[in-house]
Amino acid sequence: MEIHELSLIGQLNQLKEGSLSSTELTQHYLDRISNFDEGINSFITVTADLALKQAKESDKRYKSNSALPLDGIPIAHKDIFCTENILTTCGSKMLSNFKAPYSSTVVNNLSADGVVILGKTNMDEFAMGSSNETSYFGPVKNPWNKEYVPGGSSGGSAACVSAQLASAATATDTGGSIRQPAALCGLTGIKPTYGRVSRYGMIAFASSLDQGGVLARSAEDSALLLASMSGHDPKDSTSLNEKVPNFLKNINSPIKGMKIGLPKEFFERDLPKHVESSTKEAIKTFKDLGAEIHEISLPNVDLSLPVYYIIAPAECSANLSRYDGVRYGYRCENPKDIEDLYMRTREEGFGPEVKRRILIGTYTLSAGYYDAYYLKAQKCRRLVANDFNEAFKSVDVILSPTTPDTSFKSGEKSNDPIEMYLQDIFTIPANLAGLPGISFPSGHHEGLPLGVQLVGNSLKEAELLQATHQFQKVTDWHKKLPEVK
Amino acid sequence: MALSDKELNEIAYLARININEDSFPSLKGELEKILDLFEKLNLAETSKVEAMSHPLNLSQPTRPDEVTEEDQREKLQETAPSVKSGLFLVPKVIEGEN
Repeated sequence: MEIHELSLIGQLNQLKEGSLSSTELTQHYLDRISNFDEGINSFITVTADLALKQAKESDKRYKSNSALPLDGIPIAHKDIFCTENILTTCGSKMLSNFKAPYSSTVVNNLSADGVVILGKTNMDEFAMGSSNETSYFGPVKNPWNKEYVPGGSSGGSAACVSAQLASAATATDTGGSIRQPAALCGLTGIKPTYGRVSRYGMIAFASSLDQGGVLARSAEDSALLLASMSGHDPKDSTSLNEKVPNFLKNINSPIKGMKIGLPKEFFERDLPKHVESSTKEAIKTFKDLGAEIHEISLPNVDLSLPVYYIIAPAECSANLSRYDGVRYGYRCENPKDIEDLYMRTREEGFGPEVKRRILIGTYTLSAGYYDAYYLKAQKCRRLVANDFNEAFKSVDVILSPTTPDTSFKSGEKSNDPIEMYLQDIFTIPANLAGLPGISFPSGHHEGLPLGVQLVGNSLKEAELLQATHQFQKVTDWHKKLPEVK
Repeated sequence: MALSDKELNEIAYLARININEDSFPSLKGELEKILDLFEKLNLAETSKVEAMSHPLNLSQPTRPDEVTEEDQREKLQETAPSVKSGLFLVPKVIEGEN
């Protein structure tokens, strides 16, 4: 087995044993990136020199028996996480020249545990998209079939892990941006409870929904990274002051008696046969593992999509007002006055999807429309969240497909925003309620991966990881890797 | 829901985004479709529901009133498009002076 085929935990064990050095592993990934990434476009910036320097330091720590928990593991950061003195673009022309003056807490936490940073991954512009086609730095291709999209917005993170160009990657999820690409690229992706991972230095899109997380090849690998990223951060006022449990502690415990709910509203949808059968197969596997399956109802869940597309653009229109061409980022040429500076900087610096969302958000927040749209959406958000509260009185986790189908071809949905928005129909509800969700591989159709999602109650990431790990012990969908050429 | 050119102009100005008039028809079409998506919410009974602005019932945390951030003016201005004597430069905003 080649070293890039090993799991992250497998690599860590070899590093500990001394049969592999971080320099060797890092160089191996850097070689793979230069050989294969041109056709995938998963990286915006490759930090080869930094990576090799960090790898060398890590090797020294192994030699002096002072190794850190994730020492020497090469990972990639989504380009939404600020990295000090390293280009941090958020996939936008607006920040195409922006070298962050400080690092995000997520980056600092992982670095403190010894990871090696291979680079920054491509993404939909400002995390707005579900196909990674809105990036200023060009679309990302799905390693399983380059005519298809990897999903988004964390498409670069998903594609690079799937193509084994990094051991794992950080990602963010506002409406499904970790779980949807995980499903489309055959990976395990977890979005923790809102507030579990600090948003400090994570470029804001919709602040009441944004949450950092992980894209990796298994639940075990995800657990290890998530533990490192999580924790209270006084620099983020929405960071949860809760103890982070050891996510690996109970991962090996059987899930006998775990109650899994199937929302009838999701299963009543007209799903393609292959999605239905792979989901049913996953349910059967959980049943065989001793879980109890219950039908549940989330009566207001159909409101999620319109609620999301009012709230997220409203918050984005406020957050993105900071890009004015004055303090950092892009500035238009020869502005004739201050108004012209703002208007043209934002015209030229933002792409079409970002502009659409800013305009929608500005409209729904404007005088005369606020109550009808924004306030109404906030009330409906409460209805969706209440449904989950009710459901978790009788079940432990909620299962559904992650996406309505396997990946789609590049360009197929990019002309119709609504078609694209429907990609996130199963993932958005968890963001609205602030709940943790995980997606993991559950099958293949015509050479493309499919995923299943589990949503847990607040702070129950450990349960999601445990259920997924138990599933992965008896299935091998997560072990299937695309042939990268 | 139909948007007029005037409304689109107003929103674009509020958002401080210049929009080329040639793209008005297609953009209006897209925005109208998105606004139509919102109609569904009118079916939900919400007269007794409290608005939810946030997933957590948070109170704003406070911290001791101590200086924790050092002055990084120069470093933070390194990424600015135009700076002089520690100030961000923009086109003239005060009328009547040369």
